[in-house]
Amino acid sequence: MTNLHKPKSISTGKRLLVIGGTSDIGRAVADAYAAKGWGVALAARDVERARRNADDIQTRHGTDHVSVHPIDILDTASFDAFIDSLGALPDSIVCVVGMLGDQPRAQGDPDHATAIIRTNFEGPALLLEALAGRLAARGDGLIVGVSSVAGDRGRASNYVYGASKAGFSAYLSGLRNRLSQTDVRVVTVKPGFVRTSMTEGMDLPGALTAAPEAVAQRILGLQTGNANVVYVLSAWRLIMGIIRALPEPIFKRLKL
Amino acid sequence: MKDLSGWGRYPRQIGAQTTAATPDEAATETTGSAGLIARGLGRSYGDAAIGRETTLSMTGLNRMQSFNPETGLLATEAGVSLDDIIACFLPRGYFPVVVPGTRFVTVGGMIASDIHGKNQHNDGTFGHHVAWLKLALPDGQVVCCAPHENAALFQATIGGMGLTGTILAAGFRLRPVSSGWIRQTTHAAKNLSEAIALLRQTEKATYTVAWIDVLARGASLGRSLILAGEHATEDDLPGGYKQFPPARTGRLGVPVELPGWVLNTASVSAFNALYYRRGAKRSGQTTLVPWDSYFFPLDSISNWNRIYGPRGFVQHQCVIPNEDAEQVMSTILDLLSSRGEGSFLAVLKCLGPGAGLMSFPRDGLTLALDLPVSEKGLGLLAEIDVLVAQAGGRIYLAKDACQSRATFSAGYPNIAAFRQVRQDIGVAGHMASKLSERLAL
Repeated sequence: MTNLHKPKSISTGKRLLVIGGTSDIGRAVADAYAAKGWGVALAARDVERARRNADDIQTRHGTDHVSVHPIDILDTASFDAFIDSLGALPDSIVCVVGMLGDQPRAQGDPDHATAIIRTNFEGPALLLEALAGRLAARGDGLIVGVSSVAGDRGRASNYVYGASKAGFSAYLSGLRNRLSQTDVRVVTVKPGFVRTSMTEGMDLPGALTAAPEAVAQRILGLQTGNANVVYVLSAWRLIMGIIRALPEPIFKRLKL
Repeated sequence: MKDLSGWGRYPRQIGAQTTAATPDEAATETTGSAGLIARGLGRSYGDAAIGRETTLSMTGLNRMQSFNPETGLLATEAGVSLDDIIACFLPRGYFPVVVPGTRFVTVGGMIASDIHGKNQHNDGTFGHHVAWLKLALPDGQVVCCAPHENAALFQATIGGMGLTGTILAAGFRLRPVSSGWIRQTTHAAKNLSEAIALLRQTEKATYTVAWIDVLARGASLGRSLILAGEHATEDDLPGGYKQFPPARTGRLGVPVELPGWVLNTASVSAFNALYYRRGAKRSGQTTLVPWDSYFFPLDSISNWNRIYGPRGFVQHQCVIPNEDAEQVMSTILDLLSSRGEGSFLAVLKCLGPGAGLMSFPRDGLTLALDLPVSEKGLGLLAEIDVLVAQAGGRIYLAKDACQSRATFSAGYPNIAAFRQVRQDIGVAGHMASKLSERLAL
């Protein structure tokens, strides 16, 4: 039987780090890279849930190159030790950490607002900063930060989340600018609506909603080319372009 | 609350639905439940996957766990789909030992229905290839069951329609195959006797099944096309054939519910006659058929259940013990054709024993058909059920929407033993579906 068994893909010897390895997008990204023969390191706070995804990916692709690493995105002091624990520095890094939170609650509960801001902005920005320094020292690599269209303009319905994603987008922009003379690329991905557990139960418009697998394929495609800021569904670039262009006296009166 | 129905879209029930994202969550939902049943992809036809009180959606349990290429043993969570398994493992040279007529079913559903396929006469049911399963019980326990571990519970869970607890995960065997193609040989049978004789003659083939024209009458009663199949080897494939072709999807679909009159006796009869003549011309010939169109011909038409119109349809599958099989089948076909109740996809096949206490398969001849829901159709099925019960046959629970308690208890001799297992593990009253209510299981 052994001679019949073919692994699905030939190992490339390359390695991806997914920060947020228990999220639906993180799982899909890891799976898409593993299908192309990449080794994958899944970083997550809940190691047991990450292990479940790691076993799934290993089983599907007949590989044993999927590892799990604990990370607490709010424990910024632990980041250097976390990077050391990865062993070899990864070739590519995708950060999908995010917390939607509850906007009305965040307005009256500073602790909740702080958790949203730190989870979406402070943690991911500082971790990618630390990783970017190591990639720059090595001389190459790809950093993909999954931000959000919600960061393109603050809206009443989710501005705590939106502002933290705006901060993250600006951070990625600055990092990209700083590293533009090196072979370390920094790409910002804005998925729009995605069918995940974060949006479960929401009534999402089909034409503007992507599957996690589609987001993953788009991110995998960033390995080549020179994209900087990517909207997974191009309709979102147009929509957010219009929303950004609205003069503030009009915009502030809209129910968005 | 949710409008729930099986694939036949009859009966429809408004009920509560909860969703589990992990095996732990599914176990938590099961603990202390009252009237709960797990639901996978909802492809059982009637009311088997609708909870008496609450329906637990299991499709979030979609992680694979491990695979041993030496033994072919695959372990997955219960909500993993057969479609997913084939997409992952066929390109690596493996195929599930037993598959049903659609690939849009889950592992948990295949075990709970102890599904069978076109190789049932040789390879048994899906349950025969299950090495172990993990079951969550209403008292909060999660138990591992296997042929030699909690054996009684294992036997009761295979084919147990989800009524022994919530299946969380299982290990089962895949077979090595050297291509994704089937060498299909067609034989035309002019009537029922010929069809049965040909099914018996082709039993040496890995797969054999008959498509039967249930509207043909008189001397042509029971005319059939027998389709025998073998896995093709790499050497069987002419140049240009992809060794492991992917599933073809999205070619056809039924975007809206068709009016009920589209499928009438005349249209089905015309289709059946055409289909038979085309097949008869190829009698004795062998062709290469890709795996998906051989095993899952209707999967390429998404939402095909809408062709029967707004009232839905009932699928009916009975098995008649071998002694009286030909005579009883002939009476059933006579009833169907004389009443003009036609079915697009009626299937005839030889069966052997199933793996579980309540499995449908047993030695005999099985006939599967579907009818649009109407008073006339349901009345006809009730008449057929009487014939089945008199002959010592039974009706497949995964397809059933309307059999009576009397037909059910006549057909399943292990009901008492099954109830005893449910008592012993304390699931009676906790795990219950609309089907178990209807049949007082």
